Amino acid sequence: MARTVTRITRFNMTSLALGLAFLYLPIVILVIYSFNASRLVTVWGGWSLRWYHEFFNDAAMLEAAWMSLSVGTVSATLATLLGTLAAIGLARGERFRGRALFSGMLYSPLVMPEVISGLSLLLLFVALNAERGFWTVTIAHTTLTMCFVTVVVQSRLTSLDRSLEEAAMDLGCDPVRAFLFVTLPQIVPAIVAGWMLAFILSLDDVVIASFTTGPGSATLPIRIYSEVRLGVKPEINAICTLVIALIAVIIVVASFASKLSGARGESAAPL
Amino acid sequence: MSARRIFARPARFAAIAPYLWMVLFFLVPFGFVLKISLSQTAIAQPPYTPVFDFAEGRAALAAAFAQLSFDDFRLLISDDLYILSYVRSLVVAVTSTLILLLIGYPIAYGMARLPQRWQGVAMMLVIVPFWTSFLIRIYAWINILQHDGLLNKILLALHIVSTPVVWLSTDSAMYLGIVYSYLPFMILPLYATLSRMDASLLEAASDLGASPRQAFWLVTFPLSLPGVAAGALLCFIPIVGEFVIPDLLAGSNSLMIGQTLWLEFFTNRDWPVASATAVALLLLLVPPLVLYDRLQRRQLEGNG
Repeated sequence: MARTVTRITRFNMTSLALGLAFLYLPIVILVIYSFNASRLVTVWGGWSLRWYHEFFNDAAMLEAAWMSLSVGTVSATLATLLGTLAAIGLARGERFRGRALFSGMLYSPLVMPEVISGLSLLLLFVALNAERGFWTVTIAHTTLTMCFVTVVVQSRLTSLDRSLEEAAMDLGCDPVRAFLFVTLPQIVPAIVAGWMLAFILSLDDVVIASFTTGPGSATLPIRIYSEVRLGVKPEINAICTLVIALIAVIIVVASFASKLSGARGESAAPL
Repeated sequence: MSARRIFARPARFAAIAPYLWMVLFFLVPFGFVLKISLSQTAIAQPPYTPVFDFAEGRAALAAAFAQLSFDDFRLLISDDLYILSYVRSLVVAVTSTLILLLIGYPIAYGMARLPQRWQGVAMMLVIVPFWTSFLIRIYAWINILQHDGLLNKILLALHIVSTPVVWLSTDSAMYLGIVYSYLPFMILPLYATLSRMDASLLEAASDLGASPRQAFWLVTFPLSLPGVAAGALLCFIPIVGEFVIPDLLAGSNSLMIGQTLWLEFFTNRDWPVASATAVALLLLLVPPLVLYDRLQRRQLEGNG
């Protein structure tokens, strides 16, 4: 009799199915309409790759896409490095002075409204007299995304069995080697997932990039955003579909990487 | 010394670089926001008169303090525009968080009750949209909601309405966009607490004569409150400062505070007022941020 309480009910299934449909349907519709031959976004004129063609001939869009991909790659790499170091400090550093400030600085950007982060970084760059463009956006994205990397890697580190690294040290390993040969191999999937999350977040950001970029160096989301404000354009559907495809590839690689190393699925969880 | 203690020292060294980075690029910039919020607007490049220069020494600093301008903050209090956008931001954030909870809870609950091997798949399905570009997801809705978009076509075809409904530039479109974008943030922490719950508690409740509904309200729900709090904060704080969604989906007659800040900064080029708006927004968010920080720390460091 007790089983009935924990059994899945029809209500459970319905809410799950409706929720997933709600999450996916708009994206599916967007992708389908990107292959629409008609100039009118709302009229179906048959299948065509016309808008993809248009995008690959749009120099300004391509330049923005290139800018986004390079900012994403550089900032995700920096963020992964810094975020992993921060995670090690938090997960293995025990108590140290300034720890509360450190974790506060790392956790609050996860929820901090982007207008605040963007404005404050811009004012710093102006005060430092830094030329705004590729590097200022990259630094801004590194600052935001390293916090996500920290959370992902830290949660993996705290769930590890520490007796392995302690055993290595009892057998004569120094801490650095114990970390490199025992701990690091176990957190690689989390580090890979962290890099991908950082890359995707950078590829997605409009607000912080708008504040920190300079004239003439727009990222892809900034371009998309200014087009979207003017209304729906079929070319934008095509670009969005390409971005979704890129992200899908990244997700598949990430989940494959974590499967390969036999890690638990939770290491890929964003929060 | 235990192995743990020996391990801790190099680990702390590892934290030095990210520590300095966050101080320079996260903490120090707030100092500049505060400084510029207290300065006067000027038509110059950059468009403000500096309040003080640390290089000028102590006497200059003292003189500068006497000149600190609270005009920008006085403006925030005296002009309805600002008060109204703060109020609107809070109302929108509270309403959206409640809607998110009402929608997210049943979904997370459904996920937690799936057979074990399906739970991973369901979680992946919820995470994937989170990984998909946020801007693209809002754009997808513009496709659907526009005047001759899919939604109006369906409604017309089914004879539910006789003329196309205006969806874009309305509050309903904005709420839809917010709920759509933040749903994974609500579901994941809820699912995390619900899936960790001990099923034998519910069996015990049932053995003791509780109906499934009573068992839910007396056992499951109270135990899931930490997840409810985490999900609510994870949604509430960023929604208060949200810019892109209201800008693209809501009408322009009432602005949220993020939009006001953006307008002051990019359109009016009034950096001091934009900074004052940011400071006030930050003050508003300090209590939820502290709470969130505490929850996050407990979750990540509890078993450390």
